[in-house]
Amino acid sequence: MTEIFGVPTQALFGQLLIGLINGSFYALLSLGLAVIFGLLNIINFTHGAQYMLGAFCAYFLLNKAGLGYWWSLAIAPLVVGAVGVLIERTMLKRLYRLDHLYGLLLTFGLALILQGLFQFGFGASGLPYPIPAELSGGRNLGFMFLPNYRAWVIVASLAVCLATWFVIEKTKLGSYLRAATENPQLVQAFGINVPRMIMLTYGFGVGLAALAGVMAAPIYQVSPRMGADLIIVVFAVVVIGGMGSILGSIVTGFGLGIVEGLTKVFYPEASNTVIFIIMAIVLMIKPAGLFGSQK
Amino acid sequence: MNLKRKLSSIAVALAVSAGAVQAQVSDGVIKIGVLNDMSGLYADLTGPGSVVAARMAVEDFGAAKKGMKVEIISADHQNKPDVGSTIARTWYDTDKVDVIVDVPTSSVALAVSQITRDKGKAFLVSGAATSDLTGKACSPNTIHWTYDTWMLANGTGNAIVKTGGDSWYFLTADYAFGHALERDTEAVVLKTGGKVLGKVRHPLSTQDFSSFLLQAQASKAKIIGLANAGGDTINSIKQAAEFGIVKGGQNLAGLLVFLTDVKALGLQTAQGLIFTETFYWDQNDASRAFAKRFSEQAPRNNYPTMIHAGVYSAVLHYLKAVEAIKSDDGTKVIAQMKKMPTDDPLFGKGSIRADGRKLHPALLVEVKKPAESKGPWDLYKIRTTLPAEQAFRPMSEGDCPLVK
Repeated sequence: MTEIFGVPTQALFGQLLIGLINGSFYALLSLGLAVIFGLLNIINFTHGAQYMLGAFCAYFLLNKAGLGYWWSLAIAPLVVGAVGVLIERTMLKRLYRLDHLYGLLLTFGLALILQGLFQFGFGASGLPYPIPAELSGGRNLGFMFLPNYRAWVIVASLAVCLATWFVIEKTKLGSYLRAATENPQLVQAFGINVPRMIMLTYGFGVGLAALAGVMAAPIYQVSPRMGADLIIVVFAVVVIGGMGSILGSIVTGFGLGIVEGLTKVFYPEASNTVIFIIMAIVLMIKPAGLFGSQK
Repeated sequence: MNLKRKLSSIAVALAVSAGAVQAQVSDGVIKIGVLNDMSGLYADLTGPGSVVAARMAVEDFGAAKKGMKVEIISADHQNKPDVGSTIARTWYDTDKVDVIVDVPTSSVALAVSQITRDKGKAFLVSGAATSDLTGKACSPNTIHWTYDTWMLANGTGNAIVKTGGDSWYFLTADYAFGHALERDTEAVVLKTGGKVLGKVRHPLSTQDFSSFLLQAQASKAKIIGLANAGGDTINSIKQAAEFGIVKGGQNLAGLLVFLTDVKALGLQTAQGLIFTETFYWDQNDASRAFAKRFSEQAPRNNYPTMIHAGVYSAVLHYLKAVEAIKSDDGTKVIAQMKKMPTDDPLFGKGSIRADGRKLHPALLVEVKKPAESKGPWDLYKIRTTLPAEQAFRPMSEGDCPLVK
């Protein structure tokens, strides 16, 4: 069998695929962050907690209302998105004219409160959520056993990412959104309700986080800390991709998933750190990120 | 000697003895500090539950009736040795804490053990696992109570190798505890004629294990040994099921699994797992009564893990020793605790060795099938009980400098 640095190529293919799966979550989460930052100029530190809320929402729908995974995919983003809209209307709205730091402090504080409440109510070990029957099992690809559910995660998140990119970059609605970030007064003068548009954008970004949460529930435990563990990495992804760049966050999300996957083979001890090392290097060479433009 | 001289020497003697009475218990209060993970991946198996267990021990000892003032404080060490060390120093130096109990996360426990020794206080370990605490890092101020990595390796490792699991691959948490558990289990596997095909070390608190599991799968080892704990074990087992590892003919050995982990996984995923514990709530009437009382006070009405039971038993014995020598001097109390036989409703009669190892039987348990379980916490079948003298590492093999 051929080997690369002592690792059989077959095993390497498996690890690349695994990296891509983890990258799907990074991409989905960093996409939401990029949309929110790009259009609202808010660094949404509550994103991890909103991802966790999505997973808990799926858990409640299953155990209290008897609604399964597919219902959750549709309902959880709406519910958590609505909570996001509420947060935007009552709190975030007041911060737009202030320094980034205030938005960061508010959202970070909210994240801590949400996590604390859920930890108090449900404990640290988390709650089990089964893989939907339609997607249980898996297939042997020759070089690895691929669970059907993981295959679905890649496909679904790619589809969502591309659709979001298309809407924002290629449609009329998207051009309104981008124009509203550049010059809200002017866009408002054309008769477009900018505050409502911003509110819905935040709701959408939050909904993306919740969607990622529902998709994560069957793989990881539904636990209060699931978002806190992930959010720092996702922020690194956004920074590397270029703050606010939609395409950047998608490409970097998948890319860094793969890099991390490979690190787990060649030097597993560094798998938690590698993304931050890359972030440091990228910031030194291209401070605006790989896909970012200097304003 | 004239009368005047006689009187003055009596006065001096009285003054000295009065001083001794005051010094019996420093500042009149016995202060117990419960230090553990209150918010992270080990919070359910130690955490606030350990505070409940300590409180129950103080009640059952009857401290108030005996006129002893006992206070319990607690803190979160976040599984970080630096945070844990700072809290331990502050507790000993300014908060007048007499004894620290629990302390999961071996790296933190090793640090606290050293500080306790420097300050001449007492340290009762229930949460941490590394057998080094009674081995090369043993201390006259530390007692390792509930379990250790040697005991887990010996109990689970032996049982699995005996049923044909003779080739192993380790999935190890990359810090003191994981390394110790891997080392001790590897020794058992090699000793019983098995072999170790490989190992991979993952960072503490990892979410996704698929990459590591794939490597384990590729090794073709019959047994994948999980040298990790808490949330890490839960995620490894859950994802191993997803990747069809058990269906593919490999078996998992959870080397350190707790009641709350099994509860979180659900019986559907956890059924059939075999591992070693030293306490299960459904052993006898006393343990059931304890569990019921514990659950009424514990967060989310959880049942006690062996770590909680260990905290209860350790605090109870500590208070008995303080009562016996009428002093809370750390080094003296620990020496007295080793002298007195232990006896409590949860672990029965036992003893503490000179190297600080508490001895009691160990239980080899198997997780029930969903159909066998009669209640939300009815999770284990006890397969065998290992007597205390076989359950733990012989003192001569531990390399503890205190007993050489």
